[in-house]
Amino acid sequence: MSQDPHHPPPDPGTVRLTLSVNGAEHELRLDSRVTLLDALRDELGLYGTKKGCDQGACGACTVLVDDRRVLSCLTLAAQCEGRQVSTIEGLSADGRLHPLQEAFLRHDGFQCGYCTPGQIMSAVALLREGRTGTDDEIREFMSGNICRCGAYPNIVAAIREVAGEGAR
Amino acid sequence: MTVRAFEYVRADDVGAAVAMVSADPAAQYLAGGTTQVDLMLKDGILEPERVVDITRLPLRGITADDRTLRVGALTTMEELAADPTVAGRLPFVRAALLAGASTQLRNMATIGGNLLQRTRCRYFRDPTVPDCNKRTPSTGCAAITGAGARMHAILGAGETCIALHASDLCVPLVALDTVVRVRGIEGERRIPLTEFYVLPGDRPDIETVLRHGDLVTGIEIPLPPAATRSGYLKVRDRASYEFALVSVAAALTVQGGTVTEARLGLGGVGTIPWRARAAEQILTGAPATVQTYRAAAEAELRDPFTVPGTAFKPELARRTIVRALAELGGGEA
Repeated sequence: MSQDPHHPPPDPGTVRLTLSVNGAEHELRLDSRVTLLDALRDELGLYGTKKGCDQGACGACTVLVDDRRVLSCLTLAAQCEGRQVSTIEGLSADGRLHPLQEAFLRHDGFQCGYCTPGQIMSAVALLREGRTGTDDEIREFMSGNICRCGAYPNIVAAIREVAGEGAR
Repeated sequence: MTVRAFEYVRADDVGAAVAMVSADPAAQYLAGGTTQVDLMLKDGILEPERVVDITRLPLRGITADDRTLRVGALTTMEELAADPTVAGRLPFVRAALLAGASTQLRNMATIGGNLLQRTRCRYFRDPTVPDCNKRTPSTGCAAITGAGARMHAILGAGETCIALHASDLCVPLVALDTVVRVRGIEGERRIPLTEFYVLPGDRPDIETVLRHGDLVTGIEIPLPPAATRSGYLKVRDRASYEFALVSVAAALTVQGGTVTEARLGLGGVGTIPWRARAAEQILTGAPATVQTYRAAAEAELRDPFTVPGTAFKPELARRTIVRALAELGGGEA
């Protein structure tokens, strides 16, 4: 969407972009102010990604962009052109839940469930980052995901279990 | 809240980006966005008419030789923390990086943006508070009279402003005499980080020596001698994902029980990332003892500016300095 500074588009307050989410491409015309979070929910109907604080403090909106976990509430949708966005909706394959989703169910890693998609997306990245050596390490590197129900012990247990399976 | 619309432009070229923003007072650069998007879209404190996305510019990456680590401005905090030279030669820089924010934010936030992050002062960030000298000069300071000041500065602060520079990373960087590389319309220049920030004085809205349109392109970190021991000690309200009440970045070289070189930075206490030169002066050439560390801490905290909510900070800062130095230099009685 590179724009020649001398020839701005007709409506400078909007952007046209292709957003790639869970492997599917979407052509969008958006107000420049739209965040990735609002684009996912309001434009694409992907309501799994949650809006908690909407100011970068709670982690409920965590998604992966090019396989790195980021906060979609502080990311402009326009900045994601050409990037691969992954959300909770893209985790399951062939009708089977991701091992982390199954582990969260098994360990009761949630109560109200609102923070859960962000917790799980964060944990998917955590596993790839290799930061699951100890419970303390899991807690430290999951600290950007707040759970107001206080399900932390079960969240840690779920992550620990999947990390252990990977090690075997 | 109605947030002003803006034009989004993606920059392909450093020179063109600098020219565009320099020529347009209503334009702003955007990189990681972790402090800027919320101020623009959530708080309505920043109101650019044009946002120039610089994240695709070739200003990313880390190179090192024997003496210097060079870091592109768009390198993320996570990328810098993962660098082997940082882990090996600058362990307190790595510690400060990983003590800041969360992994999600560190994947977004860039090194250039970390230097230029805006204060977390809740009064500055609240558009319903009219008296903020940092937003609008000569309107007063609600933080000084308000009951909610706590995460605020006690050094470099005064009646006009007590807003804190909340960076962890900048604390070891300022202690190390890091140099900031800047590209402006007149070309490139190098600015020592110790001269990069401006104390609030009577113009708290002016935070750095940068001119509008100047772009931070990278930093150069001098690597300390191999015999130097360094550490970053951060004291905060919760164990993780929280700003510092006080933090100390210290690098000490001790030979035969004497401190031969001391570098000390303080976080959580300054309106700018704080180089503790008064403490360094006491330390250098003195015996590596707790008595020396106490004298150094006392010298640095001789004249703090406090409000009721920050009255606890000078003593906390003294104790944190002593603990950080004792962990590095020994001398425990």
